[in-house]
Amino acid sequence: MPLGDSAITIEFGDEINPQINARVVAFTKTVAGQSWSGILDVVPTYRSVTVVFDPLLWSSSVLAKKLNVLPQLQSNEMGSNGILHEIPVVYGEKWGPDLEEVAAFAGLTPAQAIELHASTRYRVYMLGFSPGFPYLGLVPDPLAIPRRSTPRTKVPAGSVGIADHQTGIYPSATPGGWRLIGRTPIPIYHKTGPNPFLLKPSDLVQFKPIEQDEFDRLSREAQRDDH
Amino acid sequence: MNRQSPCIIVVKGGWLTTVQDLGRYGYQQYGVAVAGVMDRFAATVANRLVGNPDQAAVLELTLKGPELQFEQNTIIAVTGADLSPTINGNSVSLWESILIPHGSRLSFGKQHTGSRAYLAIAGGIDVPLVLGSRSTHCVSETGGLGGRLLQQGDILYGGKPVKFADSLIGKRLPEQLLPCYGRSVTLRIIPGPQQDFFLKNSLATLTEATYTVTPQSDRMGYRLTGPKVAHKGSLRFISDCTTMGALQVPPDGQPILLMADRQTTGGYPKIAVVISVDLPLAAQLAPGYTISFTPCTVAQAQTALRQHRAQLDAALPQHQ
Repeated sequence: MPLGDSAITIEFGDEINPQINARVVAFTKTVAGQSWSGILDVVPTYRSVTVVFDPLLWSSSVLAKKLNVLPQLQSNEMGSNGILHEIPVVYGEKWGPDLEEVAAFAGLTPAQAIELHASTRYRVYMLGFSPGFPYLGLVPDPLAIPRRSTPRTKVPAGSVGIADHQTGIYPSATPGGWRLIGRTPIPIYHKTGPNPFLLKPSDLVQFKPIEQDEFDRLSREAQRDDH
Repeated sequence: MNRQSPCIIVVKGGWLTTVQDLGRYGYQQYGVAVAGVMDRFAATVANRLVGNPDQAAVLELTLKGPELQFEQNTIIAVTGADLSPTINGNSVSLWESILIPHGSRLSFGKQHTGSRAYLAIAGGIDVPLVLGSRSTHCVSETGGLGGRLLQQGDILYGGKPVKFADSLIGKRLPEQLLPCYGRSVTLRIIPGPQQDFFLKNSLATLTEATYTVTPQSDRMGYRLTGPKVAHKGSLRFISDCTTMGALQVPPDGQPILLMADRQTTGGYPKIAVVISVDLPLAAQLAPGYTISFTPCTVAQAQTALRQHRAQLDAALPQHQ
């Protein structure tokens, strides 16, 4: 499907599930692996891939034909997952000011809500919104609380939030409407480092509840590594 | 020009002045916005007039330009909007390569036409490359000069100009290629990709009516107001990749025209996308200006862009 005259979007389905996303990630790698000049970006999302090209070098019809004949993962193939990341999180209080609200929404105690959030293994479906922001899913039904009606003007870096069946980590301080339940001391975006992005599509994330002293210790370590 | 000594001292930052190049590509898959100049044509012309490659960084000036003190003899070109540029009080030609002597002050005054002007200096604005680009994305504080707008006291350095830069002085863009910036423009659009999410007559509504740019408009996008572009309402859209020129429509039916600083992904369906060759006209709009949309095919859009580029290449060849 043309997305204007400089991009083509290929859809693999119209729902959020790991099989469809695996096909997205596999196709993204295949397209990127062609090293065609004039391809500016290959962007995987939940269930589609957008190929951004220089319209002075490519016509959409020629590119569409070439994309059509590239191999795709079949719908019954699962594809391989990326790296499993264990992300330490201090839940609640000033780090996760919406935890009580989320727990009340779920009909759980805060401790049970933490347990449920941290016992689920999440897939990185895509990155978007701000540099390195991972859309993780799927959040168990009871915790799937909608966004706040009014976004916060500044969400601290490292905040872990929930929006419907998605959970995510704010890589840097930005405005945001997700319900904040905790914060990680692990930087997931290094603007100037050789590997700026910790998480990639198809990686897996498991959150690990930690206490404040552990948070402080890991924060200090992260700052040291930065300098 | 000496790399070690400053080229420009910012006396006044202006309303919204940033360092931009053609954008930060290759990192949208990690959520990094493309940013880059809003008006590619004007920025490209500015660079070619001073002997720079198209990708060189320029300053993008918005509505109220800055005041800049030049610390070296520098070849410059100002293109895009007419924001009444003057050197030491004398007015300056737009779309022309000029020599600005050491110690001179470049100022801007009243906005006449357009809303974004571009200042190229021979050698390009030298700020560090961040993820392959010098473009400023203020929202994520990425690139440019500290990821922010220029402000009083900033110092800008220039890259190495080409040897023949002096020979370019007085070179101008031919008259027939000068864009005409209006308070009402017609932009061609390619329908889709999410036309299915809208009522059948929505595209007709969009193309028959006139939409006004609201004050809630910036480098990320223009919020437009006009007849409602109605969703079917029954379908839930899953966020996907956006592009510059996309018309995404929130449930209130008022389209948002996505521009250079847009987020990489968006959760509203897109009814159409403005074609590349018309985006420079969109870039020169300001609040209160109006837009009519008219449909076009991908093949027509790409042909129009190539023809336009061939005319530019014939008049001002690209420098490597």
